[in-house]
Amino acid sequence: MSPVAVDASSRPAIDRRFRLQWESAQNAHVLLYPEGMIKLNGSAGEIMKRCDGRTTVADITADLEKTFATSGLGADVVAFVAMALEKHWLLVQE
Amino acid sequence: MSATPGPPLWLLLELTYRCPLHCAFCYNPTDFARSGPELGTEDWLRVLGEARALGAVQLGLSGGEPLARDDLEIIVAEAHRLGFYINLITSGVGLNEARIAALKTAGLDHIQLSFQDSSQKMNDFLSSTRTFELKSKVAALIKKYDYPMVLNVVLHRLNIDHVEEILQMADGLGAEYVELANTQYYGWAWHNRGQLLPSRAQVERAEAATQRFRERAGRPMQIFFVVPDYFERRPKPCMNGLGSIFLSVTPDGTALPCHAARMLPGLEFPNVRDVDLRHVWYESTAFNHYRGDEWMKEPCRSCPEKARDFGGCRCQAYLMTGDAANADPVCDLSPHHHLVTEAVALADGVGAAGSVPVLEKPLVFRSPQNSGALFP
Repeated sequence: MSPVAVDASSRPAIDRRFRLQWESAQNAHVLLYPEGMIKLNGSAGEIMKRCDGRTTVADITADLEKTFATSGLGADVVAFVAMALEKHWLLVQE
Repeated sequence: MSATPGPPLWLLLELTYRCPLHCAFCYNPTDFARSGPELGTEDWLRVLGEARALGAVQLGLSGGEPLARDDLEIIVAEAHRLGFYINLITSGVGLNEARIAALKTAGLDHIQLSFQDSSQKMNDFLSSTRTFELKSKVAALIKKYDYPMVLNVVLHRLNIDHVEEILQMADGLGAEYVELANTQYYGWAWHNRGQLLPSRAQVERAEAATQRFRERAGRPMQIFFVVPDYFERRPKPCMNGLGSIFLSVTPDGTALPCHAARMLPGLEFPNVRDVDLRHVWYESTAFNHYRGDEWMKEPCRSCPEKARDFGGCRCQAYLMTGDAANADPVCDLSPHHHLVTEAVALADGVGAAGSVPVLEKPLVFRSPQNSGALFP
């Protein structure tokens, strides 16, 4: 399978085979799927919850930088989204 | 015991022991016919609320056949409202279009459908029913209603040579996931072990066939080949240790740290009719007993691998050695490991190398009648 191209204009969404949910008992976002669960770390959860299929990677990055009063997150967000696409957690509509 | 345990992330509700199938490899207890009355709807809804408050999030609805309960849609709706990810584990019998649509509306997330084999003849023989056609229709309904589909086939010596055909069938049905689950020998499967345990050659051929299929599969279909632990040298980390992440409730309300644990002697398992799940999980002796490593004997207690496999399966240790605190005899460090290798040697000798397996005694199929006969 060829790697999915991601750039600032991509609009990632949660793949229908997964459900993203905040679990207060685990103090984390989790991805639920048939007979399994992936506990996301803090930054993964913050990125994933912004992946609604409408918001671009650029806007997700800007929102994260504003929320956490930081800058220069662009490369990290792209790298995470690329990894999550490979794992089928996310998809991007052509 | 060790530090405070984490939450019971995984909840399995065995809603009923009623089942239209009579599978000879069922893990349900062989004495299920003398089990007490089933919990009512209100009890199950309360259990869901208590479990969710503890942090449970993955929910399995099983049995028996959960569709035998006509309040299944109510239970699913409440579980969905509470935020569970809901898996229906079913034979497919009773899953008509009206119910599958109602379950979708109620919030069911996914369906695990069991098949006994790729052929009608063997499927129907192994389940002691005529259900193959019906299951194929149910698989189509599952796709129509856009559920992710897990196809589960329990493997043993009578069907393990059909792995390739089973995978082709799963692909044809459009399954997203396939579980090739080698039989675990508890309950009815333990009773029928002599007829069900495959030979090592059969297991190796099945693994090779699975690998070939993975390599040429054209469509993403996840295949899980659940390793038959009798052929291993180290035990499975059963339940990640009892009382670690898993909580199951039987049809009569008995709370267990593993769906087979009712057999473990000397433990009084609490009933959800009497105590709430917080007490069950954190306070009850039955759930605390096998936490940590205080209960372990040698060779486990001083073993560097005890944090990885927790000494294996307590039920298997009890069934095979008579003491649930012994090392799981699957481990080749166990002084009882010969019990496993002898069982495999017997299986290797019977019906070797592709010949038709010899049934030296008939399979005992799971049914209330046979349960009553075994435990009069």
